[in-house]
Amino acid sequence: MNGPVVEFRGVSKRFPGVLALDNVDVEIRPHEVVGLIGENGAGKSTLLKILSGVYQPDSGDLIVRGESRHLATPRHAAAAGIGMVHQEQSLIGTVSVAENILLGAEGSSVRGGVYNWKDLNQRAQRMLSKIDSQIRPTDRTEDLVLAQRQMVELAKALAVEERGDHEPVIVLDEPTSVLDGDDLETLFAEIERLRDIASVVFVSHRLDEVLRVSDRVYVMKDGRVVAERDPKAVDIAELYRLMVGRETAGEFYREDEQLEVDGAPDVIKVEGLGRKGAFKDVDLRVRAGEVVGLAGVEGSGREALSRALFGAEPFDVGQVLLDGARLKLGSPSDAVEAGIGYVPAERRVEGVAMGLSVEDNIVLADPGTISRRGIVIPSRRRQVVAEWIDRLRIKTVSTQTDVANLSGGNQQKVTLAKWLSSPRLRVLILDHPTRGLDVGAKEDVYTFIRKACAQGLAIILIADTIDETIALSHNVVVFRDGEITARFSAAPGRKPTQVQLVEAMV
Amino acid sequence: MSQVQEGARPAAPANPDASSTRPAPRVAWSRRLLTAGPPIALIALIVIFGAANSRFLSGSNARGIADQTAILLVLAIGMTFVILLGGIDLSVEGVMATSSLVVALLAANDRNSNDYGMLAVLAGVAAGALFGLVSGLLHTRLKIPSFMATLGMGAVGIGIATVLFAGRSPRVLDEGVRSWGLDKWWGFSPLTYVAVAVLIIGWLIQRFTRVGRYGYVIGGAEGIARLSGIPIMRYKTLAFIISGSTAGLAGAMAASRLGVGDVLIGGGQMFATITAVVVGGTLLQGGRGGVHKTAIGALIIAVLANGLILVGVEPYVQRSVQGVVIVIAVAATGWSLRTRTRTIK
Repeated sequence: MNGPVVEFRGVSKRFPGVLALDNVDVEIRPHEVVGLIGENGAGKSTLLKILSGVYQPDSGDLIVRGESRHLATPRHAAAAGIGMVHQEQSLIGTVSVAENILLGAEGSSVRGGVYNWKDLNQRAQRMLSKIDSQIRPTDRTEDLVLAQRQMVELAKALAVEERGDHEPVIVLDEPTSVLDGDDLETLFAEIERLRDIASVVFVSHRLDEVLRVSDRVYVMKDGRVVAERDPKAVDIAELYRLMVGRETAGEFYREDEQLEVDGAPDVIKVEGLGRKGAFKDVDLRVRAGEVVGLAGVEGSGREALSRALFGAEPFDVGQVLLDGARLKLGSPSDAVEAGIGYVPAERRVEGVAMGLSVEDNIVLADPGTISRRGIVIPSRRRQVVAEWIDRLRIKTVSTQTDVANLSGGNQQKVTLAKWLSSPRLRVLILDHPTRGLDVGAKEDVYTFIRKACAQGLAIILIADTIDETIALSHNVVVFRDGEITARFSAAPGRKPTQVQLVEAMV
Repeated sequence: MSQVQEGARPAAPANPDASSTRPAPRVAWSRRLLTAGPPIALIALIVIFGAANSRFLSGSNARGIADQTAILLVLAIGMTFVILLGGIDLSVEGVMATSSLVVALLAANDRNSNDYGMLAVLAGVAAGALFGLVSGLLHTRLKIPSFMATLGMGAVGIGIATVLFAGRSPRVLDEGVRSWGLDKWWGFSPLTYVAVAVLIIGWLIQRFTRVGRYGYVIGGAEGIARLSGIPIMRYKTLAFIISGSTAGLAGAMAASRLGVGDVLIGGGQMFATITAVVVGGTLLQGGRGGVHKTAIGALIIAVLANGLILVGVEPYVQRSVQGVVIVIAVAATGWSLRTRTRTIK
């Protein structure tokens, strides 16, 4: 067959408030490695989810081997020969490698509910041999190291070819985010090997890797494919420009409202903080009214650090000082007691309490402000809640509305109000505060950050994008593999460029 | 908006080992404890009680322990399948009650003229399976938490048993049924052989069938199982049917041993059963454990009960000792799962 194995023809997908895919054309040809890059929210994941049967397109055609197909479930996608290697681990630790590889597709190895282990192991071994792995089908999956698990994931994806008599399409979603050094080389060798027996879609943040392994690269932006390039005729800088598109206006981020912080007193100081396997030797200080942005790729240690500073995860060495006094951070409640607030990235799970009213959510973190000797004073409570709904312009039908019914932006404001309504608050840790918000809600968050600074709050920010990090921060600290690799001053009018940051990140 | 990084939860650091090499043993101590702890505890108990009272190690006492373990082991093997899925079956005592009365009233007895012999035992098991089926359907179709669905079914079982009981225990007169509870085969009660047979069957199910294997998969990560197209409800329901059947069999075994059908025949068994499963090393969260571990757990409970009597501990103190044991076991087995923000409900 000479035509493409998979073809997206004019595919669009809309979610409430956002056009995730806008008339996308992509084709994957036989024995080809297709690179797919794009920013957060550019539509890559939506594209992959349509390919793997998790989502269905609103319009347009998905053509697999010349036939228009409707992939209603992940099982349909697997039957069509499309195998996914997910970004998150999708293996079960307590069963064997063979069971994982053929999970839900045991087929001839299970007759009448009874396992034929020999047959199952042989079939799994065939998959493992294809990628030249020494892992045994009988190994217990949880005994494998991460890189080996990745190989098992690969073998599992390859196993889709058993369901049909055609060569599979293997989708690698950020396969390199957990690998480094030799493991990375092994993976690249695997991709070369896959080229002979399958078509590959390779998604990664590391542009150099995409250039290295791909035969063709698609660049996505704002739900559209904006470019298709030959890796031999393009460099990282050009890819990056295509991906980012434009210089973002400083106005959007309220840069003119950013205040100088020189001479402000230190609020929180982190000295030599470390946790094995997550981050080490972290020194930080955040002054009153300052935003310190933590930059880095996934797993660079910045998220773990932010959670450690909130007491949600432990640290092994080092200390955290608040106003010069050493803090005990044994749990989130220690942090709250000390005046540290945390706006988590998982807003719907960790940020707001679904099922509780707007009012209940706002007063959740510091009941002390609305009560005396443990007894809530209703008038005080109403007053505090009304004040914050007004100040943050939270759009809600009433104070008693369930937060689950609010839009993402308004939920985020409720989370912010929860912390801000506490008079004790000194430090606010913002973990992806604008994730999943529309443009208007983002601007509200930016405005809020500027105002909070003006009131002398110290803010530690993990932003969604590099732009955001640079624009909102006074200082940017770049993490890589758990260590700080660079520090940039990003004071008003002296912003570093994105390229400078990216160089330190990868 | 421009960006290059996508935030997400921090991934675990990459391991430098080349993937093509054999895996280095990387077994955490907490998991070793889960595997080696129960056998070590069992041996330690035997040594301690043996030292404290020489009668403990005698052949007749050992056989007594084995016979005492039989009913508990049967119950615990069925329970293991449910706990592996992260559920729990609290209907054990009610199911035993109904089953014992079904057996006593269908076999030759002093209440009616039925005389179905060993078929009565089968009916008891079938009654248990039916309870399991209903519990499983309530849990999976109506999305009732398993503890609540089975607690309700347990009460239903007690209720049905009370109606059948009608004020007086029916006595089993059937020679065949009674002989299983009273005879000795090579020094052991026939019921002990039944328990061993159930253990072997349970292990075979766990090792070689979909119900068994998918128990680990669903208990380990239900989301992954669902995305793999595994019919989760079916396998969950099957686990409850297995647990119901073993409870039904246990009720029949108790009726055969005591010679009566009784509402309170399973009194105290539910707690001992859950303790046996957990002490054996099956995680209450599911996904990890197995019937072979449960066998050790059941022996620990039986040895503890027997040993405490021999060293002169009051019987009513024993219940407290069991309570302490289960709390310690749950804390020890769940040690590796502790994180500060984990929610325990």
